Amino acid sequence: MSPQELAEAVVPATADTRRRIPLWGFLKGHPQAAIGAAILVVFALVAILGPWLAPYGPREQVGPIFGTPSNPHPLGLDDAGIDILSLLIYGARITLIVGFAGALVAVVVGGTIGIVSGYFGGRIDNLLMRVTDYFLVIPDLVLLIVVASIWGRSLRNIIIIIGLVYWTFMARLIRSQVKVVRERAYVKRAQALGASHVRIITRHVLPQVLPLILAQTVLMVALAIFLETAISFLGLGDPNAPSWGRMIENAFDRSAISYGAWWAIVPPGLAVAIVIMAFNMLGTAAEDALNPRLKVSHLLRRHFRMRPLPDREDPR
Amino acid sequence: MSALAVEDLHVWFDLPGGRELHAVQGIDLALARGERLGLVGESGCGKTTAILAMMGLLPPSASVAGRVLLDGVDILAGGDRTMRPHRWTDIAMVFQGAMNAFDPVKTVGSQITEPLERAGIASGRAARTRTGELLELVGISAERQDRYPHEFSGGMRQRAAIAMALACEPKVLLADEPTTALDVMVQAQILELLVRLTDELGLAMVLVTHDLPLVSQACTRAAVMYAGRIAETGTTRELHHAPLHPYTRMLFQATPDLHGTGAVRSIPGAPPRLDEPTVGCPFSPRCDRAFAPCATTRPPLRSAEPGHLAHCHLEGGA
Repeated sequence: MSPQELAEAVVPATADTRRRIPLWGFLKGHPQAAIGAAILVVFALVAILGPWLAPYGPREQVGPIFGTPSNPHPLGLDDAGIDILSLLIYGARITLIVGFAGALVAVVVGGTIGIVSGYFGGRIDNLLMRVTDYFLVIPDLVLLIVVASIWGRSLRNIIIIIGLVYWTFMARLIRSQVKVVRERAYVKRAQALGASHVRIITRHVLPQVLPLILAQTVLMVALAIFLETAISFLGLGDPNAPSWGRMIENAFDRSAISYGAWWAIVPPGLAVAIVIMAFNMLGTAAEDALNPRLKVSHLLRRHFRMRPLPDREDPR
Repeated sequence: MSALAVEDLHVWFDLPGGRELHAVQGIDLALARGERLGLVGESGCGKTTAILAMMGLLPPSASVAGRVLLDGVDILAGGDRTMRPHRWTDIAMVFQGAMNAFDPVKTVGSQITEPLERAGIASGRAARTRTGELLELVGISAERQDRYPHEFSGGMRQRAAIAMALACEPKVLLADEPTTALDVMVQAQILELLVRLTDELGLAMVLVTHDLPLVSQACTRAAVMYAGRIAETGTTRELHHAPLHPYTRMLFQATPDLHGTGAVRSIPGAPPRLDEPTVGCPFSPRCDRAFAPCATTRPPLRSAEPGHLAHCHLEGGA
């Protein structure tokens, strides 16, 4: 047994990674997380089962232009006579995929840069953080308009743009946490035992920052969906992918408002709002659960209670 | 009249699922002015919880019953509301691990001045002078008050924490393991300091510790706690030489003795769970002299000498 194996047998370094958050208990203790999760499950199912659920195709003209909501078309028709409900269902796919993929890019890029920067410190930290600062000072909207018009309008480019805009948040956040963790005694212990940087990062640092990354990812998805909607609304979305943002943009473009066709704008707008709210509810509750210190209960103006004396059990 | 009297103090903690943990199960203590009482017992027996209850510093998950009398006035009766005017001005505390209790970004002096200003005792220049005096009292030169906690050694921080507790001239000092994590030389200094301060200022002091020799050295009387109750109370001499409760005897046997010849013996087993009601004597499963009534009947309070009491079925000492 090498000294390192011996030490880790005595003090299991994996104790942190083995700690699991019981999902059911978490949802029970945080009603807002349960509501958020329930909403997301519904939307995810709709997105997955979209082609089977949608009554019509996303490009299929089934009635008059801006047809009013009626029995076969509960949410009416859009400017090309396409069923809005079907578009909404197909849009859930695009919107959720872009949201998750965009957040994933941001988390992977930002997380890696944050961990490397925080763990190694010094010159590497300085260099990476200056790059981060550079990206932070560029206005998001301008950056994404420029990049989208240079690279062209496609789903893949939108995902990359979202990653480009949001990785800086993640990098900063993770870096500061890693800086805290790397000063802990057990990291020094692992160093003293000759553990490699990769081992320390994966076995000791990552398990400590992972809960934070997870909670932030959930919040990031909400931001990504918001940004996708904004990009699409500005007319920079993928013309072949009917996301909710594209639906709103399209309706706006074809003057749905002057037709009085509210049903072309309200449903996708509402869907975006509800999904973002659900992600936020889940994300903030996860943050609370994973970092209980956010709820500083000892600063609350609540005190211990007084109660009447129980009966004396012993004679005296 | 006692400077501090605790009567039938109970503390419960809420547990998830509506259950409760009865951490302190009716303890009685009485201290005269200038008296030092040791509160001993193994980890988790409720020592710290008991004195936190006396300070009214328990978290919202706790509920409390009983009386804490300060010069005959029950300061616990109205919960935090009646406790607040007395906290730190009449009854103060040296916290467990007090040397780590300082805010690292404020000077030591400013943290001692804080209670002075809060209690309206002194402010501005007067508070500064008083802080200097307090530090001198515990053997730290007055000009050190502008230093930060990291510039102090562990022993100095511990002494500064004592100075902080003494800031408002309390009548009662609760010291929760004030010498733990200090080396023996510093430990002896701190102990001497506490003894001197109680003698000079007429403070009543409760010294919470699991270090029996320390109690014998510093206190005239001691109370031995077990599973949230007081097993035995008496003078340290009585507890050492004529214990009434087997737990007290076994506790002393488990302590290395400088002159002793006997081997150190540990007490097998573990304390009972406090989230379930105990039947009979809580110590009976670990007791070497347990007999029939111990498992079923709560032991009565038995007295050998005046002031020497124990909750035990045994007659004529352990």
